[in-house]
Amino acid sequence: MPAPYLLPRSTLSRRDLLRGTAALGGAAALSALPRPLRAQGDLTVGFLYVGPRDDFGYNQAHALGAAAVKEIPGVIVVEEENVPETNDVQQSMESMINLDGAALLFPTSFGYFDPHILTTAPKYPDVRFQHCGGLWTEGHPANAGSYFGYIGMGQYLNGVAAGHVTKSKKIGFVAAKPIPQVLLNINSFLLGARAVDPSITCQVIFTGEWSLAVKEAEATHALVDAGCDVITCHVDGPKVVVEVASGRGAYVGGYHADQSSLAPELYLTGAEWNWAKVYTDMVTATLNGEPIPNFVRGGLAEGFVKMSPLGPAVPDAGRAQFEAIKAEIEKGGFSVIKGPLKDNQGNVVATEGQAFLETDPVLEGMSYLVDGVLGATS
Amino acid sequence: MAVAEQGMQGAGGGLALLRRAEPVAIPVLALMAGLGVFGLFLLTQGRSPLAFMTYVWQGGFGSAFSWQNTLSRTAPLLMAALCVALPARLGLVVIGGEGAIVLGGVAAGALALPLATAPGAIGVPLMALAAMAVGGLWIGAAGALRHYRGVNETISSLLLSYIAIALMNHLVEGPLRDPASLNKPSTAPLAEPLRVGDLPGLSVHWGLALGILACLLAWVLIERTTWGFAARIAGGNVRAAQVQGLPVGKLILGFSALGGAFAGLAGYFEVAAVHGSANASLAAGYGYTGILIAFLARHNALAIIPVAILLAGFDASSGLVQRRMDLPDATMQVLQGIVFMAILMSDAAYGRLPFFKTKG
Repeated sequence: MPAPYLLPRSTLSRRDLLRGTAALGGAAALSALPRPLRAQGDLTVGFLYVGPRDDFGYNQAHALGAAAVKEIPGVIVVEEENVPETNDVQQSMESMINLDGAALLFPTSFGYFDPHILTTAPKYPDVRFQHCGGLWTEGHPANAGSYFGYIGMGQYLNGVAAGHVTKSKKIGFVAAKPIPQVLLNINSFLLGARAVDPSITCQVIFTGEWSLAVKEAEATHALVDAGCDVITCHVDGPKVVVEVASGRGAYVGGYHADQSSLAPELYLTGAEWNWAKVYTDMVTATLNGEPIPNFVRGGLAEGFVKMSPLGPAVPDAGRAQFEAIKAEIEKGGFSVIKGPLKDNQGNVVATEGQAFLETDPVLEGMSYLVDGVLGATS
Repeated sequence: MAVAEQGMQGAGGGLALLRRAEPVAIPVLALMAGLGVFGLFLLTQGRSPLAFMTYVWQGGFGSAFSWQNTLSRTAPLLMAALCVALPARLGLVVIGGEGAIVLGGVAAGALALPLATAPGAIGVPLMALAAMAVGGLWIGAAGALRHYRGVNETISSLLLSYIAIALMNHLVEGPLRDPASLNKPSTAPLAEPLRVGDLPGLSVHWGLALGILACLLAWVLIERTTWGFAARIAGGNVRAAQVQGLPVGKLILGFSALGGAFAGLAGYFEVAAVHGSANASLAAGYGYTGILIAFLARHNALAIIPVAILLAGFDASSGLVQRRMDLPDATMQVLQGIVFMAILMSDAAYGRLPFFKTKG
């Protein structure tokens, strides 16, 4: 009759189990006492990225900015990658504030602002929320701010370089979604190339997602198959596009970050974010007790955006024109979208003499592809 | 004699307890084994498993803030897991809950304008029902394909979820787009009375309470009703159920649709409680985490609650682990993958561990 001994044994083992669990829990609780992450007086700065930090693109550009901030004495940087634009980002921000003592946050994805920063910022009036995307307006929390860069000029310069190397007179653009910012980049790329040769056309393929490697590869192949011999893109991580395009022998214009190491021979130049400067300035201001404006924007002239060094494939004539136009842009007052200009449906988007500066709010509602771009927004 | 009888009764109770303990103990042991293997993995990376566990504790469960962080991540997971667990009781492996979540959210977002002036008491339930209906149709369709056409529901539900995401992108960027949403296409924002707030005294939205309620209801349905009983029989042996005259087709459609409805409800809460409008952020992968939770809980609706909290806690602590241990975000996915494998392999252990064998 084995049953009677089973009862005490099971009870005992259960008690032991409970005792063991309690001991474990106690040990864990003791060892889990909040570790002081920062010394008195230090500033903890948190960075949140929507994708991987090493994506050769949007997130890497921000991570390079964070790396520059780490060099500032008295600053501790905490980082989190792959944070979705959901409730998760609210929780991650609060976790950085509550567990790490972060006093300055850089949630770097466009979709983090509304509703996530707008919900979280009022709960923590002593913490500064600096959002990348340029969405802050009067009436939003005073401890939130937004900054962004005008990178369309960078794609214009990509186009100038492309115009000097294309033989097929057809260049290609792999785009994520047909939103105003992306459309401006596509239009700028073509118009830059047309500043070299007005017969150039640009084919665009939209993948529909910010990060979808398979479709990006397919789109790049399709563009090369269609005769495009220079490819650029606006997706979160240009790595796939750069590798596929250069693998097929096409020239490449970079975007977001420097991708020249992926295609040393065929990389022409690239439109890069210069967040290192922007973040260093903002963190230094915070350390000195100076206020950061709630709304900051800048382009090539202000150092928010920079160009990758020109690659070996760009001919001398191209270098000269590239540098000349770049100098003109940095002087200020340069317009990419200027009349007479039609969209690719034949509608006039700028009349003779009309010119839109990069800061013009009209451009932020861009809904068209200019004449010479092969593709449709929907 | 009396003593002997008492002993017998006690032993009987102990046996019953043991039998009941088996389905709890084996997943717990599998979880421990998974954590052990993951610890070895961390050692190969030169990181301390103890430090890892400490941060998981601290970030997920160690303080009131951490609990709030964990619980607010739990809500969508509860409902996503039900979308897997309910059809699973009929022997169906449905992994396309993500599609129902996404379309449920879109359905809710689409009603933002028509219900703009409706009072909350009418608008809130209407939106929730619309989301549940769409989610139910979506997973119900996978069930119907299975029952009427013999299409494998695992494949069809997965493929349907890709269609759902494409459909969401089309609707949100096209016909349902709020013209004011320039660089992040979204549906029109919900009017204030249509928004769902937080549970009293917590900063966790009502989705958590509804999620727990849904799990309780699902448990009652499966364990305490004739419908649930019939479903379990059909899940055990379809032929036997058919011979007994059980309405297997209706059960498959009903349970699939109900699971989909719960997933649609998760999408509703994402829109009404978190985002305020429907957009591409709806496809956040909750549907896939739900699969893991349902399998960990052995498709028991009650067990889903603690398991979902555990997984949400892992998720909540993931940021702290990244920040303090300088480990990449994928660390938690490695852990989840190892735990999932351990749980699947532990299925073979049922009835074989000597400790749980009733001798005699």
